[in-house]
Amino acid sequence: MRTQRANPARTAWLIVGGLLAAMLLFAGCGSSSSDSTSGNELKKVGKGEGSLDLISWAGYVEPEWTKPFEQKTGCKVSDKEAGTSDEMVELMKSGQYDGVSASGNATARLVAANLVDPVNVSLVPNYKTVFADLKNQPYNTFDGVNYGIPHGRGANLLMWNGNDVKPAPDSWNIMFDPKIAAKYKGKISAYDESSYIADAALYLKFHQPDLGIENPYELNEEQFNAAIELLKEQRQFVGEYWSEAAKQISAFAGGDVTVGTTWQYQYFALKEEGVPVKASPASQGFLPKEGATGWSDTWMISSEAKHPNCMYMWMNWIIEPKVNAQVAEYFGEAPAQELACEHTANPNFCSEYHAEEPAFWKRVYYWETPVADCGNGEEDCKDYNDWVKAWTSIKG
Amino acid sequence: MSSEAVVGRRSAGHRLADLFHGRRRLQVGALLAGPVGWLVIGYLGSLALLLVAAFWSVDPLSGATVKNFTLENFESLVNEPVYRTIVWRTIRTALLVTLTDAVIAFPIAFYMAKLASRRGKALLVVGILLPLWSSYLVKVYAWRTLLSANGAIHWALSPIGLDTPGYGTTAVWLVFSYLWLPYMILPIYAGLERIPDSLISASEDLGASPFTTFRRVILPLSFPAVVAGSIFTFSLTLGDYITPRLVSNDQFIGNVIFSNIANNQPFAAALALVPIVVMIAYLMVARKLGAFEHV
Repeated sequence: MRTQRANPARTAWLIVGGLLAAMLLFAGCGSSSSDSTSGNELKKVGKGEGSLDLISWAGYVEPEWTKPFEQKTGCKVSDKEAGTSDEMVELMKSGQYDGVSASGNATARLVAANLVDPVNVSLVPNYKTVFADLKNQPYNTFDGVNYGIPHGRGANLLMWNGNDVKPAPDSWNIMFDPKIAAKYKGKISAYDESSYIADAALYLKFHQPDLGIENPYELNEEQFNAAIELLKEQRQFVGEYWSEAAKQISAFAGGDVTVGTTWQYQYFALKEEGVPVKASPASQGFLPKEGATGWSDTWMISSEAKHPNCMYMWMNWIIEPKVNAQVAEYFGEAPAQELACEHTANPNFCSEYHAEEPAFWKRVYYWETPVADCGNGEEDCKDYNDWVKAWTSIKG
Repeated sequence: MSSEAVVGRRSAGHRLADLFHGRRRLQVGALLAGPVGWLVIGYLGSLALLLVAAFWSVDPLSGATVKNFTLENFESLVNEPVYRTIVWRTIRTALLVTLTDAVIAFPIAFYMAKLASRRGKALLVVGILLPLWSSYLVKVYAWRTLLSANGAIHWALSPIGLDTPGYGTTAVWLVFSYLWLPYMILPIYAGLERIPDSLISASEDLGASPFTTFRRVILPLSFPAVVAGSIFTFSLTLGDYITPRLVSNDQFIGNVIFSNIANNQPFAAALALVPIVVMIAYLMVARKLGAFEHV
């Protein structure tokens, strides 16, 4: 019947062999082309281009404040929600977006890869009244040049199920101290990204001061290894690592986990579902005693923005006092705009979220991109690739 | 005027037909130019790019690719034990899922091909295809709910003293086996359909017991179909990263590729070569077992 014996495996080997040969030639003589298109700041905001393409965190671009923006400026907003900072960087590489609400563990990478342009803050009138301790920070200003507009800030939460965890914990030791965490073996929910190494480092900064950790994102070999050891020990107690919010919500709702690190978004969503979750009280700014890792987000403009005027109008709009108050309350974070505190629906919102207390924010360590050069001139810190590889080895 | 135009068009068509008439090569070439072009440029081209990228490195801060030849990606792939663990876990799960699906699929396919009425057959085919109509993510999230500590499996098993396996390695095995089952049933069903009933009757006439008939006639003739189905279940498990991420803490090859893709594409590319090599080895074994005899 058959005339020829099909042999896909040999064909595949031939193809791979051919490709391999071609590739060795290729890879050997490939030149590293350095793209040095330094971004140009806009000089003047002109007429809107009619549309705007954004990348944002869930809850940052909502109809409550995009509809009035569209009416006012004629810029039609389309938004792509991203789940992680890595995803944001990846999406920005496509060059199809005008701007992004980047956290501090994405901003430096975006700037280094020339994916974003400097922002001329004089074209953003509302910038004047942004909280001073959010301006000119290492995650939004590079070599003295502003690269974005602060959006808001907050701390990662310790959340627990009020029925299962008593008394209310006030320390991350419930997740990290083996003696205490063992009580919740299989019920702990930890964040599934390399940046979670900083949470372990922060815990060590407080509980093992002799390691000399200053900034949990700037770790030398010894400090880094101590954090990795702690996380490897923690692994046996972890019920689930979460990376998308929906996964953690279903785990808490289904009773699969009872205590974990989380964001405001999941906390409020679970409360709404009637799950008896609790977090450190607002009076403590949602902070356990060690402090917490957190975020300070920045709107950045793409170096390939097709609608730069609309993007500038958006960056001004999002820190308009009324809008920024709305955004902050919707998400559950401290506003970036000083004047927003007069417009919040809950008159105590800003004091509950410590928006106006710089001393409080000293205990919140905003996400940063780990780099080898961490300011001591020795280039001996672990960089982002080390963090990613270590994270893979922690999960095993 | 208009009739002239029609004539003109017709003659253009004729000219084209004349051009192709009797020229086999040209005919085949025109027919295949599109698909083959796509295969070479879109498919093999991207594969080649992937292979090339595996020999480059990155600038640690910007994540930009540095195009200098290096073997460091492969070195860390081989030297760090965690990647061996992950590769082995992925292959082991893929084999286990394949075996499970084959064992479940064979009786179903046999019933469909040889025993069911025409109506029953149609119902079964629809039943097997039905899950393919809903989104992959919906199915995995549905399994999350089923497997949850207070979910349906817990509820159904607790009266007899058992409990849900919860999220973990067992859950991954269950969900994969569920997801890829149709891809195993359909090839086996097609293979069994091709076995003439007369062969089975002949075997019986010659005094073979049903078990002997199965062992000596049906199994050897349908085995290539099982191997063909296993290519689907094996390769789909090998490449998946969403199911392990949603129902366990286990890392598969795909998960490590995913976590490196944003900042270290060359390393992700080197990792992506692993399933390719595994798959080629698998295809070679499949060929030895006769999976392509009827292609």
